[in-house]
Amino acid sequence: MTLDSKIPSGPIAEKWDKHKFDMKLVNPANKRRYSVIVVGSGLAGASAAASLAEMGYKVKCFCYQDSPRRAHSIAAQGGINAAKNYQNDGDSVQRLFYDTVKGGDFRAREANVYRLAQVSANVIDQCVAQGVPFAREYGGLLSNRSFGGALVSRTFYARGQTGQQLLLGAYQALERQIGLGNVQMFPRTEMLDLVVVNGQARGIVVRNLVTGSIESHAADAVVLGTGGYSNVFFLSTNAKNCNTTAIWRAHKKGAYMANPCYTQIHPTCIPQSGDHQSKLTLMSESLRNDGRVWVPKMPGDARAPGDIPETDRDYYLERLYPTYGNLAPRDISSRAAKRVCDEGRGVGPGGRGVYLDFAEAIKRLGEHVVRERYGNLFDMYERITGENPYKAPMRIYPAVHYTMGGLWVDYNLMSNLPGLHVIGEANFSDHGANRLGASALMQGLADGYFVLPYTIGHYFASVKRDPVTIDHPEFKKAEESVRTQINRLLSIRGKRTVLSFHRELGKIMWDECGMARTEASLKKALELIPALRDEFWKNVMVTGEGADFNQALEHAGRVADYFEFAELLCADALHRNESCGGHFREEYQTEEGEAQRDDANFAYVAAWEHKGVGQPAVLHKEPLAFETVHLQQRSYK
Amino acid sequence: MNLTLRVWRQKKASEPGRLVDYPARDISPDMSFLEMLDVVNEGLIQQGQEPIAFDSDCREGICGMCSLVINGVPHGGHQATATCQLHMRHFHDGQTITIEPWRAKAFPVVKDCVCDRSSFDRVIQAGGFVSVGTGGTPDANTLPISKKDSDRAMDAAQCIGCGACVAACRNASAMLFVAAKVSHLAQLPQGKVEAADRVQAMVAQMDAEGFGNCSNQSECEAVCPKEISVDFIAQLNREYLKTVIK
Ligand SMILES: Cc1cc2nc3c(=O)[nH]c(=O)nc-3n(C[C@H](O)[C@H](O)[C@H](O)COP(=O)(O)OP(=O)(O)OC[C@H]3O[C@@H](n4cnc5c(N)ncnc54)[C@H](O)[C@@H]3O)c2cc1C
Repeated sequence: MTLDSKIPSGPIAEKWDKHKFDMKLVNPANKRRYSVIVVGSGLAGASAAASLAEMGYKVKCFCYQDSPRRAHSIAAQGGINAAKNYQNDGDSVQRLFYDTVKGGDFRAREANVYRLAQVSANVIDQCVAQGVPFAREYGGLLSNRSFGGALVSRTFYARGQTGQQLLLGAYQALERQIGLGNVQMFPRTEMLDLVVVNGQARGIVVRNLVTGSIESHAADAVVLGTGGYSNVFFLSTNAKNCNTTAIWRAHKKGAYMANPCYTQIHPTCIPQSGDHQSKLTLMSESLRNDGRVWVPKMPGDARAPGDIPETDRDYYLERLYPTYGNLAPRDISSRAAKRVCDEGRGVGPGGRGVYLDFAEAIKRLGEHVVRERYGNLFDMYERITGENPYKAPMRIYPAVHYTMGGLWVDYNLMSNLPGLHVIGEANFSDHGANRLGASALMQGLADGYFVLPYTIGHYFASVKRDPVTIDHPEFKKAEESVRTQINRLLSIRGKRTVLSFHRELGKIMWDECGMARTEASLKKALELIPALRDEFWKNVMVTGEGADFNQALEHAGRVADYFEFAELLCADALHRNESCGGHFREEYQTEEGEAQRDDANFAYVAAWEHKGVGQPAVLHKEPLAFETVHLQQRSYK
Repeated sequence: MNLTLRVWRQKKASEPGRLVDYPARDISPDMSFLEMLDVVNEGLIQQGQEPIAFDSDCREGICGMCSLVINGVPHGGHQATATCQLHMRHFHDGQTITIEPWRAKAFPVVKDCVCDRSSFDRVIQAGGFVSVGTGGTPDANTLPISKKDSDRAMDAAQCIGCGACVAACRNASAMLFVAAKVSHLAQLPQGKVEAADRVQAMVAQMDAEGFGNCSNQSECEAVCPKEISVDFIAQLNREYLKTVIK
């Protein structure tokens, strides 16, 4: 099968407008006849479900939490980018586009990124109209701050709770449509399979998490906005229940998985404190606007930070990357932190930490200003560590945070399976090999409010579908396979808990396929993972029943999928014989230790086709053409 | 440290529940409360017993999924702290800790310490929004809003919808939750247009869901992980009065 990205022809700045005109429209009176399933109620899913319902489509929306308002998007702290140029500092659509393509280490599709930059401004207008209380200046206009990888201030924020406020905006729009009867909402419901009829995505099989009953839903199109797969590493900054189940099961039904090895390690997280740890907590990148990152110059320097004089400190980001300094992009900052810790200069227990110091900012701005900007983050740090960051520097260390890979989609956000659309973090589209801070919120809302609602209409108007109901044999087959897997998990009754398997899988992934990867480490992972997976299926203990509220069973299904997915992630990392963005292969680095791309051989999207568990997936390549931004070595020096 | 947990176990809404004791051994003070429960659940599963059901997701105090009444206080009674952000360093060796679900007519128990808070969603459906559709909105900076108003709107908008306010109230009133949304939107020009209809519809739905009356005891503010002020209840009352007086 050839991968057709369906990028419209013409100059980059005109593609989206031209495409909007070329796409077919659905007669407004007919929209009620088209039904859409939206899985996920995060920024992407909620904005899409609300917008589609407003347009007149019949929408069903699903999430696993008890309310759509609790999707993982709620936890985003720092902000959302938009090319508004409100600060008059030289920002533009072109510059946001350029920064994002470069930030992604030239592994994103130019046309998608350009469109994202274009609609970013509409996203802010939309949110303000909904009543999102963004931070403002005394004159009443919107305030901005800077994020990594940019030299302009284009990030809009609501204290340290930007994701919360954006999601509540989308959630309220969604609830309004639910109240009007245009959306049927299914909380505490987990999608466990995609149903494909005659090559088209026509529905899903779900488990009602309260009663345990297995149910089918049919529609004219299925939209997945189910988030990222960071929890394949067990410890990450993602919510506990984030999972890869929806996209993985769609992949097993034929959707291609693109660039799974592009995972992002965030440089500023609270270091792990022990083996009991269930997740890691992010300290927003916005802190790097005012915080300075440093370690002692001398390895093994055990003095308290306050006793280390300026002359004995190494502000290594400022030293190595004078232009961007503490705002160097995430992949670069994370690797720099790892390097200084590997040199024995790390701080805190185990030496896996660096300081993020606000002493200078407090002196310059006053504690009250620092409190106003970052108060809730400082409080959170103190609650978790028991240390006061106004008095002593924070200790931070990189942690898995975001996944750039995901299901392959074309310019219309449709996967290779007709009718299956993928939005938000669940798709692979816009961030290449490394996402810039404050760009995920932008992408999720751009997809849901301003891209998918147009492109899905084109699909309805141009592709013929037969009427299908849940009585179709494909639904029965999918239900049966879901039931079989559940019964199998419940019948093993082994000796190890799901959590212990998840933790061990995560450790393999972090050690062998984390911040730095080698051919040898990946080959090792590819031996360890299937062996552990075999043990899982022989020795896991899942208590309780299927027809009941059963959290152990939910977790077991998700971990089972992570086991299969992890193998593909490592295989992708092994095949990509270059370093780019978040994918760092030690064999491929410059003399200064920066990522060394191989554009001649790897300037493509790797889209994998499933051939069975334990079977090698088949690689399909979408070549990436850089017509507007010229390929260059990324430099932040 | 070693602790005794006295935990509410209830198979489903229709069956009676009871408190059951479990030992929690070798608990580190650096663990979060939910990590401590994870450890206890691991032990239960290994013995083939069903783990204690409780809700959590972000474990950063923002999604509002976690609940738990700990020693009689929703979220355990530490200032501005949701259960998931509560750490074991606040407990001492040998302590007995009672763990129960939110208790309110409008939040029926699903299982053990998990309850159903969909009544909150229905209150939002009744009017907790600005009626704008996607697209066609003016440039964001054409509408200046004073920093004071916008900050106050944000103070209210921070509500995480966890329901601790209801659980803490002897009448199981949802006034603080409703007040936070009404005030957030009434504070901003975008929300003023529909303010009257909104407050009426949301209050009516709140009553229909079976939440009780507010008797000004302020327990809700004391347990709120976001420290939402009861001043917003006064604002809700004013907004409501405006609609009946005119
Ligand atoms: C701590 C943290 C801070 C962040 N800060 C920022 C920031 O400041 N700026 C920025 O731009 N980005 C930030 N990000 C990234 C950003 O928050 C996410 O990438 C983005 O919110 C993802 O949105 P989404 O809609 O794609 O998915 P999510 O918000 O993850 O939503 C997924 C939805 O899918 C549902 N779901 C999943 N699987 C299933 C299933 N099988 N069945 C049914 N439903 C399912 C869930 O219930 C949920 O509703 C941050 C991320 C983290 C972890």
